[in-house]
Amino acid sequence: MRTTRLSDRAFALAALLLAGVVLFVTAAILLGIVDGSQPTIGSFGFAFITGQNWDPVQEEYGALPFIYGTLVTSFSALLMAGLAGVGAAIFLAEIAPGKVRTPLSFMVELLAGIPSIVYGIWGLFVLAPLLREDVVPFLKGTLGWTGLFQGPFYGPSVLTASVVLALMVLPIVTAVSRDVLLAVPANQREAMLGLGATRWEVIRSAVLPYARSGILGALILGLGRAVGETMAVTMVIGNRSEITASLLKPGNTMASVIANEFAEATTPFHQSALIEVGLLLFVITLITNMIARALVWRAGRGLETAGRA
Amino acid sequence: MSGLMQADAPPGTWQMSARRLRSRRVTDRLMRGLIWLSIMLAVVPLLFILGWIALKGAGAINLDLFTQLPGPPDDPHTGFANGIVGTLILVGIASVISVPVGIGAGIYLSEFGGSKTNIAIRFATDVLVGVPSITIGVFVYTLMVRPMGSFSAIAGGVALSLVMIPLIVRSTEEMLKLVPQAIREAALALGAPVWRTVLRYALPMALPGVITGILLAMARAAGETAPLLFTALGNNQWSAGLDQPVAALTLQVYFGAQSAYEVQKQQAWAGALVLVALVFITSVLARLAVRRAHARTR
Repeated sequence: MRTTRLSDRAFALAALLLAGVVLFVTAAILLGIVDGSQPTIGSFGFAFITGQNWDPVQEEYGALPFIYGTLVTSFSALLMAGLAGVGAAIFLAEIAPGKVRTPLSFMVELLAGIPSIVYGIWGLFVLAPLLREDVVPFLKGTLGWTGLFQGPFYGPSVLTASVVLALMVLPIVTAVSRDVLLAVPANQREAMLGLGATRWEVIRSAVLPYARSGILGALILGLGRAVGETMAVTMVIGNRSEITASLLKPGNTMASVIANEFAEATTPFHQSALIEVGLLLFVITLITNMIARALVWRAGRGLETAGRA
Repeated sequence: MSGLMQADAPPGTWQMSARRLRSRRVTDRLMRGLIWLSIMLAVVPLLFILGWIALKGAGAINLDLFTQLPGPPDDPHTGFANGIVGTLILVGIASVISVPVGIGAGIYLSEFGGSKTNIAIRFATDVLVGVPSITIGVFVYTLMVRPMGSFSAIAGGVALSLVMIPLIVRSTEEMLKLVPQAIREAALALGAPVWRTVLRYALPMALPGVITGILLAMARAAGETAPLLFTALGNNQWSAGLDQPVAALTLQVYFGAQSAYEVQKQQAWAGALVLVALVFITSVLARLAVRRAHARTR
């Protein structure tokens, strides 16, 4: 709205200033953590990202084990949750009977809002023992040859963290994919049903191609959530800074190493190193979220243009 | 899949044998079965988690939890009353900061703004909502805790406000956009200034939704742990002042879960149940309010 009245100009200015705070704060976070990690950026440079040795006593900092841990847990989580999440979204958007659609949708949204500490306590006391007693012996028997399930298993591990993350990512992937699927115009479906297609053929040939980029966006959004997730992972991953192929070993992610070590980091260098890990984490989630938003946004825009036609 | 009819199949391919039709039906059944299976896979484990928290938490809840301070780790007559008060203090501070900023920015995005500033602010909101909460904690540590030389409730509140701001901006903007343009036009046509149109007519109509957005953001902040680890820090006593470390329910669940004592583990379960109940109640309220807002504006 445009106006020349003085009171209105003041009002617009006040709103602009408050909106500017959002911009300012976002920039301040980025600048603040870049500034806070100057000491290690200066003395380690790129070796900080490629170094495998993290030793606060020797003042040597290589963050590769954490980057590795974050990528392994996040992608494993997505691998486990992705298909089920998209399948659940197809169910909610395409074939759910009206009676169950609303309560199930509500539940999915509710679960997306459960605090991560709650998933953490469940993972620690319920999931880890369950994996130890039942699942891991089975995995060792059937998939032991892959090398992914070698060594003793005590409970806290990369595997446990991945499963907890999968459960946390699932509601997000489902909720966003469902919205994307619901944005597919109804005439797209009706046309194919009219040609005598079965329900699945409609989903496969008329709905999914239309929603493809949006669903990809939902998956990447889930990935971003998994990458930044801290508390639940910290509680179940075991916190050891090593790169191992076996998922049964304890590990560490970028977020969990900050949560674990920052309070005890007494030297400026150790603090700077952890802040730089926070910076890397910020950059990675920023990139994934931007890609995801672009994809989901494009899917949503498809809806608008179709609705106008 | 090879038996499937293609969407762009030319009319000539429409004569199908009964066998082909059957195989299409079988595929349809099979895929529908798999979709049913995936909703089960999605819902059952999560129900399992909620059920488990409800059971364990309900078994551990007692009145002392809400009235007593933490004490000796094996004393069952202790509680996390200070954590509940601490969470209220932290969310209170965070709200004082984030509600004006969030509503102001939401009004700006929905009512004013050239498209370029809007794009910049919306982009910043999107970035802010995606910043990992642990990174927010680290940032506020360097911003406030290090210069002030002490962990504090203020620092924790600022960290939580950074979580809340983008959520409130988004919900306020969305709710204002649901208010029909005709309302604004009517007010403006009668000579009302823009500020009056927005504050007296548009915002009140959107208010249930805006308040719900704020409640959801508060619930989200109350459930955060990571931003508080190096800002509010936690405390086994009542808050000694806003410039001193303060307890939070989530921090007490975190430390309790790692405790070697059964009493503290039980308290952590009870705390987890309180957090889930909080999220549940706000979600139900949100759903009702949003449904009402939609019903009113359509």
